[in-house]
Amino acid sequence: MDVFLFLLFAIIAVVCAINVVVQTHPISSAISLVGVMGSLAVLYLLLGAEFIAAAQVIVYAGAIMVLFVFVIMLLNAGSEVRRGRSIVVQLLGVPLLIAFLGLMAYFVQRLYPSAASVKFGAFRGGTALAVGRALFTQYLLPFEVTSVLILIAIVGAIVLARKELD
Amino acid sequence: MQHLWLIPTLPLAGFLLNGIAGRRSSKAMINIVAIGSVLLSFIWVVKTLMALGDLDQTYIERYFTWIQSGALNVGFDFAVDRLTAIMLLVVTGVGSLIHIYAIGYMAHDEGYYRFFAYLNLFMFFMLILVLAANYLLLFVGWEGVGLCSYLLIGFYFLKRSATDAGNKAFIVNRIGDFGFSLAMFLIFRNFESLDFGTVFAAAAQKPEALLTTIGLLLLVGACGKSAQIPLYVWLPDAMAGPTPVSALIHAATMVTAGVYMVARSAAIYTHAPAALHMVALIGLLTAFFAATIGLLQNDIKKVFAYSTVSQLGYMFLGAGVGAFSAGIYHLVTHAFFKALLFLGAGSVIHALSGEQDLRNMGGLRHKIPVTFWTMMCAAVAIAGVPPFSGFYSKDSILLAAYHHAPWMYWVGVITAGMTAFYVFRAMFLAFFGTYRGHEHPHESPPVMTVPLAILAVLSLAGGYFAKVPEFLGKLFPTAEEPHDITLVAISVIAGLAGIALAYLFHVARPGLADSLTHNFTLYRLVYNKYFVDEIYDAAIVRPVVDGSRTVLWKGVDAGLIDGAVNGIGSNARGLGGLLKLFQSGNIRSYATWVVFGSVFVIVALAVAGGLR
Amino acid sequence: MSGVPVSWYLLLSAVLFALGVAGFLFRRNVITVFMSIELMLNAVNLSFVTFSYQLRQVNGHLFTFFVMVVAAAEAAVGLAIILTVFKNRGTLNIDEVSSMKDELPREPEQPVKTVETVDITGPLVKT
Repeated sequence: MDVFLFLLFAIIAVVCAINVVVQTHPISSAISLVGVMGSLAVLYLLLGAEFIAAAQVIVYAGAIMVLFVFVIMLLNAGSEVRRGRSIVVQLLGVPLLIAFLGLMAYFVQRLYPSAASVKFGAFRGGTALAVGRALFTQYLLPFEVTSVLILIAIVGAIVLARKELD
Repeated sequence: MQHLWLIPTLPLAGFLLNGIAGRRSSKAMINIVAIGSVLLSFIWVVKTLMALGDLDQTYIERYFTWIQSGALNVGFDFAVDRLTAIMLLVVTGVGSLIHIYAIGYMAHDEGYYRFFAYLNLFMFFMLILVLAANYLLLFVGWEGVGLCSYLLIGFYFLKRSATDAGNKAFIVNRIGDFGFSLAMFLIFRNFESLDFGTVFAAAAQKPEALLTTIGLLLLVGACGKSAQIPLYVWLPDAMAGPTPVSALIHAATMVTAGVYMVARSAAIYTHAPAALHMVALIGLLTAFFAATIGLLQNDIKKVFAYSTVSQLGYMFLGAGVGAFSAGIYHLVTHAFFKALLFLGAGSVIHALSGEQDLRNMGGLRHKIPVTFWTMMCAAVAIAGVPPFSGFYSKDSILLAAYHHAPWMYWVGVITAGMTAFYVFRAMFLAFFGTYRGHEHPHESPPVMTVPLAILAVLSLAGGYFAKVPEFLGKLFPTAEEPHDITLVAISVIAGLAGIALAYLFHVARPGLADSLTHNFTLYRLVYNKYFVDEIYDAAIVRPVVDGSRTVLWKGVDAGLIDGAVNGIGSNARGLGGLLKLFQSGNIRSYATWVVFGSVFVIVALAVAGGLR
Repeated sequence: MSGVPVSWYLLLSAVLFALGVAGFLFRRNVITVFMSIELMLNAVNLSFVTFSYQLRQVNGHLFTFFVMVVAAAEAAVGLAIILTVFKNRGTLNIDEVSSMKDELPREPEQPVKTVETVDITGPLVKT
């Protein structure tokens, strides 16, 4: 069961990811990205990370992607017109990607022999209780700092995006 | 404590005052500072010498340790013995007279304060040279007077000939200084001290070869400073400077520094007979050679310049045959009559508003009588006419030369005859006959004629009264020579013959000289000073200058060094140009480089074993 | 056998990350580039959670939490910047936002000047 679920949602994630990269219109990319995030949320659940899965859907898919869609609609971004790409990107891009992928696969294989496996329900430490407890004790300082960070981001966004005062 | 340091410091103070504040001072102020400092120095010399008395022992004052480095310990010490005493009196005494004279001579010149500042600076260095108690301090004074000579020769710095002459004097002097420096190195190496007392006391024990080498090297230095062969070429050119400079520096004091140095190093020379013989040879050769050139010169100052070279040769001859006191005696008398000759020539030039060519003079003895009579005193003195001072000094040298090697005596006698001839030729051409120029000659002001008169008295009688040889005899013990009346008579006759010949050629039969010269093929050679300057230029100067220009300047400096420095700059620029290609302004290529870099970092970490 | 090997999760994370990099490098629309960045961040989050499972600790979840927070802040500010750029340049094509590119005509290389010296060594003998 785990395997089937994993494979299903992994494939959905990959297909949507490819779609994000390949589509010409940004709106299509945005919707595909929402799809990626949704399947990732399911995968989190499989890994026992309930809180994170919820946060993923609420924050990422629900807020950030909505923001993206708003901006795309505000800017009235049209389809991208395919034109010649810079030589550097053309020459280096694909080999780099493949190299990257290869590196990753290699290290993954080396570090983690296939003996360990993920079972749904094997890890029960991802509850909101556990996360909250760690958040307010061990990670209190980063928590406060990120609060400030959000405040700065709000101020920055408002300042940058406001109309010019005449 | 006699405070010997006051003697050179007073002129130094004069230099500083005039040099710094002179531009805005009145002439009277400049005069007071300049003359006052030298006169005060002279008074202090007299006072000190009277207080020191007999000077059987050398009186030394040590002020402070100047250099202390390893084995080298050089102190700033002054020493006064009998030789120093004589030199001090001559330098400050004749110096004061020339300073006073210069007030009148330089009255209409630009840079009045600068002249007196330089003159005072020269007095300072000369006194350091004379008072020094070790070779290094002497060398300081040596170099300093060379510097002042350069500054004063090139005093009229807008004249190319003057600045060239200044350069020439300094450069030729440097060649001599090189020899002097090598001698000092040798002395220090072997005696471990440069102090006169230490060196002279230990000289007797050193091997003769060493002492000969040191003596020859010191002689090289002396040749440069005292204008002997082969380094005499700067002195005639130095006449481009103002006449008081020629009198003070190039007749009475600076050029005698070489003779002084040889006399001072007598302890070394007496134990190195070969070097001493060389001194005598060079002196004699120079005396003869310069006298021949002086026979035909037309510029009055050039005649006296070659005369100076010749008389310096006599002094070297005297020192070289072992008669150091005779050489110094001649130094003293020469200071009197040569300074007088130059100052008188200056008076003539002043009277004729700048004319220096003898061919444009004549009949001046009625127009400027004071100058005429004083110069006549000097002329008879230099010609060796008894009983005037020059006779005594020159004769003691010739006598000593005879006892050393008779042929030297004969050459010296012939030179004495030539000396008399050219001096009186100048006198007759300038003062007798009819006036051949176009100026209006007028007598010089008293500020110029009074020093002339004082020097005239000294030329006639000064040497006799000072009894210099006996005074110095304690310092330079020589064997007693029998006073040979025949030799004396021969030299006197030679002198009188010279005067008579000059009278014949230039007063009685003026045309005779010209007709003779046309038949004489040697005339052109001698008249052009044997082309020595041209030979030096072609053989030494041109190759050095051209070599410097092509190899050192264009090759090494412009090519190598500038090339290296500019090359670094252009290489940096090239590298920057290469690195600039990274900054393309294209965001996506930046992104590509970021990914590339991160891949590289991961690989590097993995290879280094970072990722387990 | 009913478990998924951990390495598969990590491999999936790697693939998603690689796709994110591809989009980052190849797309010209700046908003799409941004979305590729978000894809990369998500891939990393998956990695964190996987390791957290493997180590049976909750710390990985905390990391993921913070990454999400920062991604949110970054998205907000980044999109504000994109708005500003669009207002000023009128384009969303990052290839056209390249005024830092050196396009000025280069002036020709100046040869290095050597100092001209005056030759003062004339004839030293005055005849």
